[in-house]
Amino acid sequence: MTKLIHWARAAAVAVGALAGASSAGPAFAQAVQPIKVGVLHSLSGTMAISETTLKDTMLMLIDDLNKKGGLLGRPVQAVVVDPASDWPLFAEKARELLTKDKVDVVFGNWTSVSRKSVLPVFEELNGLLFYPVQYEGEESSRNVFYTGAAPNQQAIPAVEYLMGADGGSAKRFVLLGTDYVYPRTTNKILRAFLNSKGVADADIMENYTPFGHSDWQTIVTQVKQFASAGKKTAVISTINGDANVPFYKELANQGVKATDIPVVAFSVGEEELAGLDAAPLVGHLAAWNYFMSVDTPENKAFIAKWQAFIGNTKRTTNDPMEAHYIGFNMWVQAVKQAGTTNVDAVRQAMYGQKFKNLTGGVAVMNTNHHLSKPVMIGEIQKDGQFQIVWKTTGVVVGDAWSDFIPESKPLVADWTYPWVCGNCATPKYAN
Amino acid sequence: MGLRQLRYTEVRELSTSLTPLPGRVGPPQPGAWERRFYPFEQLPPASLATPMVHAILIQALGRLGVAAALCAALLTSPASAQDAVPNANVAELVQALATGPDFTTKIQATQSLATTGDPRLVPILQALLDGNLYARKADKLVVIAKEQGGVLTLTDPLEDKQIGQAPAADFERATVNNRLRTVLQTALGALQLAHPDAIRRKASADALFKTPSLEMIEPLKIALTHEANAGAKRSLAIALAATELQFAATNDVRTRAVATLAVYADPNVRAYLSGRIGGIAAGAPAEEQELKAAMVIAVAEIERRLANWRILGNILQGISLGSVLMLAAIGLAITFGVMGIINMAHGEMVMLGAYTTYVVQMAFRQYLPEGLDYAVLVAIPAAFAVSGLVGIAMERGVIRFLYGRPLETLLATWGISLILQQAVRSIFGPTNMQVTSPPWMSGAIDIAGGVVVTYNRIWIVVFALLVFGGLILIQRRSFFGLQMRAVTQNRRMARSMGIRSGWVDALTFGLGSGIAGMAGVALSQIDNVSPNLGQSYIVDSFMVVVFGGVGNLWGTLVGAFGLGIVNKFLEPYAGAVLGKILVLVAIVLFIQWRPRGMFALKGRAVEV
Repeated sequence: MTKLIHWARAAAVAVGALAGASSAGPAFAQAVQPIKVGVLHSLSGTMAISETTLKDTMLMLIDDLNKKGGLLGRPVQAVVVDPASDWPLFAEKARELLTKDKVDVVFGNWTSVSRKSVLPVFEELNGLLFYPVQYEGEESSRNVFYTGAAPNQQAIPAVEYLMGADGGSAKRFVLLGTDYVYPRTTNKILRAFLNSKGVADADIMENYTPFGHSDWQTIVTQVKQFASAGKKTAVISTINGDANVPFYKELANQGVKATDIPVVAFSVGEEELAGLDAAPLVGHLAAWNYFMSVDTPENKAFIAKWQAFIGNTKRTTNDPMEAHYIGFNMWVQAVKQAGTTNVDAVRQAMYGQKFKNLTGGVAVMNTNHHLSKPVMIGEIQKDGQFQIVWKTTGVVVGDAWSDFIPESKPLVADWTYPWVCGNCATPKYAN
Repeated sequence: MGLRQLRYTEVRELSTSLTPLPGRVGPPQPGAWERRFYPFEQLPPASLATPMVHAILIQALGRLGVAAALCAALLTSPASAQDAVPNANVAELVQALATGPDFTTKIQATQSLATTGDPRLVPILQALLDGNLYARKADKLVVIAKEQGGVLTLTDPLEDKQIGQAPAADFERATVNNRLRTVLQTALGALQLAHPDAIRRKASADALFKTPSLEMIEPLKIALTHEANAGAKRSLAIALAATELQFAATNDVRTRAVATLAVYADPNVRAYLSGRIGGIAAGAPAEEQELKAAMVIAVAEIERRLANWRILGNILQGISLGSVLMLAAIGLAITFGVMGIINMAHGEMVMLGAYTTYVVQMAFRQYLPEGLDYAVLVAIPAAFAVSGLVGIAMERGVIRFLYGRPLETLLATWGISLILQQAVRSIFGPTNMQVTSPPWMSGAIDIAGGVVVTYNRIWIVVFALLVFGGLILIQRRSFFGLQMRAVTQNRRMARSMGIRSGWVDALTFGLGSGIAGMAGVALSQIDNVSPNLGQSYIVDSFMVVVFGGVGNLWGTLVGAFGLGIVNKFLEPYAGAVLGKILVLVAIVLFIQWRPRGMFALKGRAVEV
């Protein structure tokens, strides 16, 4: 039966190769081969709510680059495929992009389970993937650049905030998540972190739900019950995709106020809130490296460009969009510097690459394939935007291997000598 | 301990040695003060009738510093009230509220403002809490403003007069965080204990319960004596007992407070007591230890009663889940149960119903915005019609050629389901559509003991039962129902009696599909309206129909509610994922034992 679904979906989803040479104008000679950029985001299924926007962001960035004359004198062409929120299909589509379409780079994926699914393909074929979403860490592949937040750039600061006076001095934590690798690993790190801060296991409740879960009655009731043990309780949500909408609806309907039980989410941004009545959710939190409400000229220009591109002045921007914006521009710079789109050359040129982020600082690509970014915590406002209530003064270097998990503490990710390794405990020198 | 005792007795003395003040008996003079603050005369007559009472309350509030301004406001002219509080200071503090550099500054400003007791604060603090306090970017002028379409209607915070309109871009909203929000609620709670609206009084008491303070003991006592509303009275009693437990000097009062609290089977009370227990260290003096023992017993008692309430909560949640399952399955009970068609596109009929709700809502928003709250009612027949017609088209176009060939029917309807999904995806896009719930479906009833039932779920249970009742009536009492039963029981005999079996088939399938569409209207209120909506319900629907007994509507009813309740009892222990697996395994075993489900039809009913 699943085979049948695949076939039907593959047939139904007519691959749209958009933008590209036709819009690039007469500046390019017919003979010039375009540079191909693969876009691997789900346009259907449970993750479509989050990922469709990222596909459009890539199209906008590529369109913009072509208007400026392309890259290395060649037009840039987007190759869009739809892996349909189906994790094995991600691997198939990645292989198709790298072998059939022969793309020079791929921007894509949201869920960690989909990234884990494509990872062997990229490593086998020496492709290059830019992954734009906050994730659980514990990984550094030679073929992936992680432009989203590592746990030390999102989860850990958010929990520290909740434990501080402004966050309500929480002493008890509910870890709610969708049942897959990102929430489970993040929660493993968080549990170790909380234990190191003196929070007993009895004060931590973990709960996992399937993708697309819609009946949140029991879980919200359980959270309220857990919170009535006399200690200030906070919820840390790693719920992904469209299950967030019924979750927040249930929270609102059952009257869980942010002043009583604050919920801090790691996968809920402006886009996910866009369709919700946010008024009952005021005060619940999210931790990201970017918020649409940040007041900088760069951000204003980006929002204006995005809304003009999509033709809707109500469309929101969010953190993974900024990650693609930074990642794509860094890749462009690296290609210019290397003078080629060859994966090995571009990878070397990526290290130390700097680009202005949208929040008024500079993002740097480190040799562990993670970015240095600022960390912010925002409160949901009634208009569905976030108001920043806390931010780091500078940028935080993304840490691939968490210091709070004993096994990963000694590991180092560094793809330059003397390491040249994503998970090594000792350096090695070339001789 | 000594200090606490002194202050407490001092308060008691103050309130008992009060001489009656010359209260104002007539109606309040209309003026700026009265519009902003609610004098006690406006309370229900039963609550604060005599001047004496309100004098006492004022005197007691004086502990918080409210008295000066309040007495002035009530007993003398507004002008002298302003003399009571230095205006410059208040203005400075309000400035800090809106433009303070950090939340600590704002919290201090709120607390300082609260001690001035200036009643003009109520709208200012409320505006800050509601996100309606702004500061002009250019000159930091603080205003209370209502935004509509990017334009702010400005009100001067201290003068309570409108000062025109301005574009929202020129103003910056005063920021609030959860810590400041709690402080604001407490301050407002202290200022609004005598609000004419019982809901506000209850909210005030709830806020004071969360952050008890010594100063509020007397005001709470007085407010409690004169409170008429049951809900507010309960909150006041809890708040008072909590405050006494924390601040009263004598151990009797505190033990009595514990006894008072033990009566309320409320998760918040449990949380509060558990917190207090945790606060008493092992080496504390003997009387503290006694108190601790009393609190432990009280918590155990509350917990015991809460556990009983939780069972009720599980049953109610099970009924709610059951009603959703039944709505999703009842259409299938007709197409699969009665007609014997394995309709894999059943979920898509539900999905079409949900999208119809969205379209109806958009139409209302466009053409009849004032009727938007009732769009969902219009959506019910619309969804029935849309899904029903698609169902009839499906039956006439495809399924009728495949009667008696279940495998081909399965594949064909599966194909149709994919076509429908992709069609919807092409028309509406892959992202979720937002169906907003009308106000009468939002919120919840707090039954007791932490058991909360949301209105949308209640309406869905009612709706599910109505649909079921209607369907039973059609099947048992209408001529069409008679024909339907005749055709499914013995097609040849029915045909020879002159029944056009082909049309009955089409209409029956249309009825089943239409009911699935109506289920979609209900599901749009609790789930995401996406092209995948139907897929998540198809397995559950088949499960319910097979478990309940194929061909029996009552079986579907019992099956759906049974599965819902079992699921909800398993979920707290096994988790959502494992709970579902356990239910599935149980059904597989059950089917081994009774292959035809709970209520098997006797005789040669559904052998198509």
